Amino acid sequence: MEQMDELKRKVLELLKEDARRTPALMATLLGADEEEVKTAIAQMEQEHVIVKYATVVNWDKVDDERVTALIEVQITPERGRGFEGIAERIYLYPQVKSVYLMSGAYDLLVEVEGRNLREVANFVSEKLSPIDAVLSTKTNFTLKKYKQDGIIFEDHEEDNRLMISP
Amino acid sequence: MITNKTQIAGEQNKSMTSYLAPLVQQIQPSGIRRFFDLAAGSKDIISLGVGEPDFKTPWHVREACVYSLERGFTGYTSNAGMPELREGIASYLHTRFDLDYDPANQIIATVGGSEAIDLALRALISPGDEILIPEPCYISYSPITSIGGGVPVGIETFGKDRFKLTAEGLEAKITPRSKILILCYPSNPTGAIMSREDWEPIAKVVEKHDLIVISDEIYAELTYGGNHTSFASLPGMMDRTILVSGFSKAFAMTGWRLGYACGHPDLISAMLKIHQYTVMCAPSMGQVAALEALTNGMEEKDRMVDSYNQRRRLIVKGLREAGLECHEPQGAFYAFPSIAGTGLTSDEFAQRLLREFRVAAVPGSVFGLGGEGYLRCSYATSVSQLNEALERIGAFVALLKKERENKA
Ligand SMILES: Cc1ncc(COP(=O)(O)O)c(C=O)c1O
Repeated sequence: MEQMDELKRKVLELLKEDARRTPALMATLLGADEEEVKTAIAQMEQEHVIVKYATVVNWDKVDDERVTALIEVQITPERGRGFEGIAERIYLYPQVKSVYLMSGAYDLLVEVEGRNLREVANFVSEKLSPIDAVLSTKTNFTLKKYKQDGIIFEDHEEDNRLMISP
Repeated sequence: MITNKTQIAGEQNKSMTSYLAPLVQQIQPSGIRRFFDLAAGSKDIISLGVGEPDFKTPWHVREACVYSLERGFTGYTSNAGMPELREGIASYLHTRFDLDYDPANQIIATVGGSEAIDLALRALISPGDEILIPEPCYISYSPITSIGGGVPVGIETFGKDRFKLTAEGLEAKITPRSKILILCYPSNPTGAIMSREDWEPIAKVVEKHDLIVISDEIYAELTYGGNHTSFASLPGMMDRTILVSGFSKAFAMTGWRLGYACGHPDLISAMLKIHQYTVMCAPSMGQVAALEALTNGMEEKDRMVDSYNQRRRLIVKGLREAGLECHEPQGAFYAFPSIAGTGLTSDEFAQRLLREFRVAAVPGSVFGLGGEGYLRCSYATSVSQLNEALERIGAFVALLKKERENKA
């Protein structure tokens, strides 16, 4: 059991580096059996440990209008359910990319993506603010993304070693 | 621009070689240098030719150095190195390899492991002394021996022994002039390591013939299954061994130029004399960084070793699938496959691989006796690059096979 957990953890690390790695390659890297790796992946998909295989995109490099805002939301929690119900109401909107419950000065951090400022502003004023439990919102537009999911977009740490060295 | 200038200047200069010390004149430029020139300038080459980690120095180490600079730590340190660093090295060697050195008089911080090797040889060699060097090995031992007035004596080691040194091999090369044995395990270029059982008969020969040992253990942290046994930890060997190591490989700190030597106080104090008159002290920034690496760097080091191990499995499998015989390297970050079956010399193989398939690797012949017929492939490079390189090597070996069939 412990061995399986260890294998799973290593597989996750390898997939986080590059989601396109095949079970065969990962089995070689880890000195494990290919079938074991496949089983581990299948189990983790089933259990939603692996939720999705995604691609990190630097949209700034694509000719495609897109703005992101991080919205700080203060909320009156509901009796019995706390923040869950309101969080769900908010995260179901397709323009909402992520929702986190936060400690500190506000309750939810909501990441919203739209084609332009107006679209995001409309979402906040027409959808988010009118929700009864929402006390206040503070919208912060992102100007540039430097790093996301541990990936630095303009990576300066290139390999500048000599071709051949002792 | 600059190249032009030097060329013009070069044309005007008359030859000055007659002024050179004969010892230096006799030294051949290294075979690695020649391959470096061949590979230089091309962008699309995949390199398996590098003898250094592909990681950057761990961030906290870089940060500690930057912070010390901000606080103005920019001067000389004591000749032997900052006392805190020497204490750090002593306690590290105690915990990791069961070695006890007194930081007050048994440890010097040096400019890389390179300087430590040079100091040891210069402190020990009298003209004509024979220096025993198991080969294939790191390219510097033999030239520095010669520069120091010693006579390098190669001891061939073999693929069938997984490139381990044997007592018989060593004994066969001993003469009344033999004085020093240079050991390098885990080995660059073969990846061989030596276990305690492997060492015991060697220690007997060393004792019997009253040899001094310079043990270059710079790859000690990089072993995969089977831990490193320091030669100095064998009974009776501590006093006759100069342990050489450094931070370049274990902590990805090649450019910092920080290494160290440990040994008997008499030997260390002789080395310290040369050290203080030649370099004064190791770079202070490097010393700060090295201390941080020793103090807080083990987790990062383990992570890097884990990653080398993964790539080691990949390259060994890939080389074998490409049709090359390859023993399993147990340390460092080199695979050393045999290319003897292809009918090419290692130099021809490496040259054609570079020119026709854009993969740089180092021909085994540059590493001395026993290296011919092999290729050094560093796996300190990314998984995707390794995969691509292995594919190209496979294609090259297949092409060679076809060529041989067509000839037959
Ligand atoms: C076996 C061996 N010893 C010593 C060195 C030199 O290391 P440093 O950077 O500490 O001078 C190297 C570097 O490639 C090496 O492979």
